[in-house]
Amino acid sequence: MRRVFIIAVPYLWLLALFLIPFAIVLKISLSDVAMARPPYLPQFSWEAGWGAFLSQLDFENFTFLTTDDLYWKAYLSSLQIAATSTLLTLLIGYPIAYAMARAPDEWRATLMMLVILPFWTSFLIRVYSWMGILSQEGYLNQLLLGLGVISEPLIILNTKVAVYIGIVYTYIPFMILPIYAALHRLDSSLIEAAEDLGCSRAKAFWLITVPLSRNGIIAGCFLVFIPTLGEFVIPSLLGGSGTLMIGKVLWEEFFNNRDWPVASAVAVVLVLILIIPIVLFQQNQQKQNEAQS
Amino acid sequence: MKGKLLGTALLLVCATVVTAADEVRVYNWSDYIDEALLTKFEEETGLKLIYDVFDSNEVLETKMLAGGSGYDVVVPSGTFLQRQIAVGAFQKLDPSKLSNRGNLWDVIEKRTSRYDPGNEYSVNYMWGTTGLGVNLNRVAEVLGADAPIDSLDLIFKPENMERLAACGVHVLDAPAEVIPAALKYIGEDPDSHDPAIIAKVEPLLMAIRPYVQKFHSSEYINALANGDICVAFGWSGDILQARDRAAEADAGVEIAYHAPKEGALMWFDQMAIPVDAPNPEGAHRFLNFIMDAQNMAQASNYVFYANGNLASQAYLLPEVIGDTAIYPDAATLENLYITTPYPGKVQRTVTRLWTRVKSGT
Repeated sequence: MRRVFIIAVPYLWLLALFLIPFAIVLKISLSDVAMARPPYLPQFSWEAGWGAFLSQLDFENFTFLTTDDLYWKAYLSSLQIAATSTLLTLLIGYPIAYAMARAPDEWRATLMMLVILPFWTSFLIRVYSWMGILSQEGYLNQLLLGLGVISEPLIILNTKVAVYIGIVYTYIPFMILPIYAALHRLDSSLIEAAEDLGCSRAKAFWLITVPLSRNGIIAGCFLVFIPTLGEFVIPSLLGGSGTLMIGKVLWEEFFNNRDWPVASAVAVVLVLILIIPIVLFQQNQQKQNEAQS
Repeated sequence: MKGKLLGTALLLVCATVVTAADEVRVYNWSDYIDEALLTKFEEETGLKLIYDVFDSNEVLETKMLAGGSGYDVVVPSGTFLQRQIAVGAFQKLDPSKLSNRGNLWDVIEKRTSRYDPGNEYSVNYMWGTTGLGVNLNRVAEVLGADAPIDSLDLIFKPENMERLAACGVHVLDAPAEVIPAALKYIGEDPDSHDPAIIAKVEPLLMAIRPYVQKFHSSEYINALANGDICVAFGWSGDILQARDRAAEADAGVEIAYHAPKEGALMWFDQMAIPVDAPNPEGAHRFLNFIMDAQNMAQASNYVFYANGNLASQAYLLPEVIGDTAIYPDAATLENLYITTPYPGKVQRTVTRLWTRVKSGT
């Protein structure tokens, strides 16, 4: 009985916070847009019953998504932005995690604190402050102009570069922490052994350290990739008009078009696209757990 | 200003552990009131005021369509108001609770009755035009002293935009404002609902979009004032606020606003009470408070928008009532046009066109 209860908790969690909201979104995606409050029909009523309700649902909104290449382009562009930012985050995050794992014991707690500290400030405020740093009259340009590195202010804000900076900055702790955890556990005698057997330090790094931190890298990449794909706040605050991301398209369908059904269809497809990396991630975690036990 | 507003809002939220009858929740546009008025309202009525802000009609409309927003007073623009009245989002005002009704200006009431017949659901808060905000020195540097700063040529001629791109151009992220201007520019009816006519503006907008740094509906105030951008196609009062902030900062940035000589869109922001407002009684008191001649004048003197309150004009600062960018002269007033909401299908065409323009796909 107790076991059943313990198992039930995560499933109830999943049911309440994922499946029920998803069912609501799915239901709206099968309705038709209407000038009503809320702006779609049919709306379920107990008097009309399930039959009348279900008979009015159709897949029109999903076929509509295929008729316009905007959605396709937005999904692709989001995938590309998410993949690039994940790679950038990895390239920057790995050395940081490595340095943290190699730092003297008494420093580690402080370094860990420094990685986590930004979370104490609202995400929105941190993204906003990047606008102040990156704008044409912002701190970065003032610094570079003052140092004489550049003679004309750089245009960074409202470009894709700013979006990448924002994403990498925001998500880098999610990359550092799992990699750090993996590197921290790494048995340093293995590297000593490799070096004793004639490996150069670089070769030992590629042959021993990187493969043994693989699970951390994979976990970090998923933790960055998945939320970045549907990211809305960063591209809308830091990006320019050319940054096409599915999160923004969804917003426009919902707010500008008042077309909740199509917006919901876009969201359902996004969730389906995300399920693939999430399932891969789950499998990886499971393998890792099995390997440990 | 925004930070200050946020602080005030937070304080108000924290201080409020009272029942719905003691508080009034107002949802208004950002940078759109003298905050001293908020405190004054609380002192006069003893009601707690919770004041939140938005920067796009779409955000407000979504809350109205979803229902249960919890707000007692909201401020949609004319076309949005009309559509939201149609779906039953608002309740009729009770004239017996609005003793200051006599202060209103019939010239504006006549125009707003096109959106709200008989003005049964709404009272005008502010009105203005959509036009061109220009950083005078920078634009003169780029385009020369005879730059067409009072003409839509400034933003719709690609050769001008190409040269302006380096110093930055922002355009409202509001198709219902930009498309009518583009239609007017190519000599069509700005209020056209014919998809074939509307489609004619796409090449025009596509040609200039590479030079638009951002489509956004509020960032241009700060960007203009700081000298980050040199042209904005935006709302009159916002640009005039940028002008004043730039003058205060005294960093050599000089901003001017012009309603385009080709004709400008005239818009109206209307105060209305949602049908499910928790405190309609308090909402009426807020409306009546704002409709007071001196209070309304204080708001206009602060935000540099014209209002629909004739009695308030006696209390307006000379630089507000005397500025034709705010209170246009008869000739300009003649040249202003208004628009009506797009029907559902046309709305989709418009939004789609707008998405294509913004993303360049």
